Amino acid sequence: MKSSNNNRRKFMATTLQSVGLTALGGLLWSGYCDEAKASPLVLRPPGALKEKDFLKACIKCGLCAEACRNRESNKNRDGTQREGTLKMAKGGEHKLIGTPYFIPTDVPCYMCDDIPCVPVCPSGALDMKSLLNEKEELDINRAKMGLAVVHKESCVAFWGLQCDACYRACPLLDEAITLEYQKNDRTGKHAFLLPVVHSDICTGCGLCEKACITEKPAIFVLPREYAMGKAGDHYVKGWDKKDQQRVGNRKIDEIETHNERSDQTPTDYLNREIEY
Amino acid sequence: MKNIKYLLLRRATQIILMFLYFAANAYGWHILEGTFGSSKLFGLIPLADPYTTLQVLSAGFILGADVLVGALLITLFYMIVGGRAFCSWVCPINMVTDLANWLRRKLKLDKEEVNYRFLKRRTRYWIMVLGLIVSAIVGVAAFEAVSPITIMQRGIIFGFGTGIAVVVAIFLFDLFGVRNGWCGHLCPLGAAYSLIGQKSLIRVKHDHDACTACMECKVVCPENQVLHMINKESISVTDKECTNCGRCIDVCGDDALGFSIRNLKKNS
Repeated sequence: MKSSNNNRRKFMATTLQSVGLTALGGLLWSGYCDEAKASPLVLRPPGALKEKDFLKACIKCGLCAEACRNRESNKNRDGTQREGTLKMAKGGEHKLIGTPYFIPTDVPCYMCDDIPCVPVCPSGALDMKSLLNEKEELDINRAKMGLAVVHKESCVAFWGLQCDACYRACPLLDEAITLEYQKNDRTGKHAFLLPVVHSDICTGCGLCEKACITEKPAIFVLPREYAMGKAGDHYVKGWDKKDQQRVGNRKIDEIETHNERSDQTPTDYLNREIEY
Repeated sequence: MKNIKYLLLRRATQIILMFLYFAANAYGWHILEGTFGSSKLFGLIPLADPYTTLQVLSAGFILGADVLVGALLITLFYMIVGGRAFCSWVCPINMVTDLANWLRRKLKLDKEEVNYRFLKRRTRYWIMVLGLIVSAIVGVAAFEAVSPITIMQRGIIFGFGTGIAVVVAIFLFDLFGVRNGWCGHLCPLGAAYSLIGQKSLIRVKHDHDACTACMECKVVCPENQVLHMINKESISVTDKECTNCGRCIDVCGDDALGFSIRNLKKNS
């Protein structure tokens, strides 16, 4: 009787120990993985799902990077293969290890017509459907890898110097980046030729960043999630029929927002000082 | 030559496979592309690692058909033919841990009682299940985020970066820490392949009549608990943790061990 009690106690103790150590391992492991995937400023291949889903889906096989590097067009004049755009994240690069990404200042995306990197993806992390046009053909212009952003203070075009390197490097010439003409009041007789990026067309390929002449590029690509703001659904363009319809089609209880101020009258809060 | 036949065959297989993966990126060969997570054989047949596939599924993503078919093919191969052969015939970490184990024997570390008993061989099965749970919680394939196997493989194909540290860590752990620590106690991929291949056909068979009980096989075996029949009875090694590496066959001077096909008829 006593020995069976002892056996049971031993069994309980070892089971408890295993469960406890597993829980400990699970906490450490989850903590590490959660930190490891928090690398927001990273540019993914064309057609990549939203970062959160991409990290779930990517099986880290590297087929996209291999297709990118070994594509026909990626050869030097002497026939040797050039470095590809896509890199596989290594240890020490502070990105989730084994996931594909690119750095435009190293090698930008050259926006191949046949998009070799996407159809080879076996897991669906690179979504081919998102790159199909109305005719169901692959269309690299639909890619949304990121968005080019101009830093006015370091862009010499904003100083009044003539530079349109980014404008000319853009594969969607005069669409994704246009030049805005403005009078240069400092000289009184020259014009500013200012690059303006259009977020609905820019694919984030990074050719502009690569072409930028300043020491550190004044135009650079950021993930769209970080480069873009959002006005909110309740702002309606009164001059835009489509936008008006968007509001007209909505159910009234979806539009209503209720916050702390809703129960008060304007006289309650309009003349009140800001409270910290 | 005789006593390293299977060792040479294994090294050749491992190195050729790694070279084919390397050449897919370096020279654009379409023989074996990708990494263990998901590969393409001859630019056509999809192959995928079953445990990695399970992690991605449990992270909450419905994978493309290529990966699912690939995982099925690999599962069927090891289930029917190879057993846990992935570990000793394919995995590049095996070369690292075999080297550590060999040095360990040369340095006679085990005689100096440098072993940590708290680590059990069954730990890997806990880690295997845990990997799926963590994948589900964090929303990312958890073992793939740390796996020394694919870190080493990608290192060979695309360059190591500081990822080489993980490989060195495994080497040091196996050399100075636990004997066969990584492959024999911790690796969840090995655990998954153990479960997949437990009924496979190719097995090492022991011939009790020829055995002289020198126990060389038990010294060299990385999972020596599977050799419980040595000098006892003439049966096949049917434990699921046997990696079919054939080192026991190599070192046996009495022809008491050899590969054979599992006896499918139940012996009463």
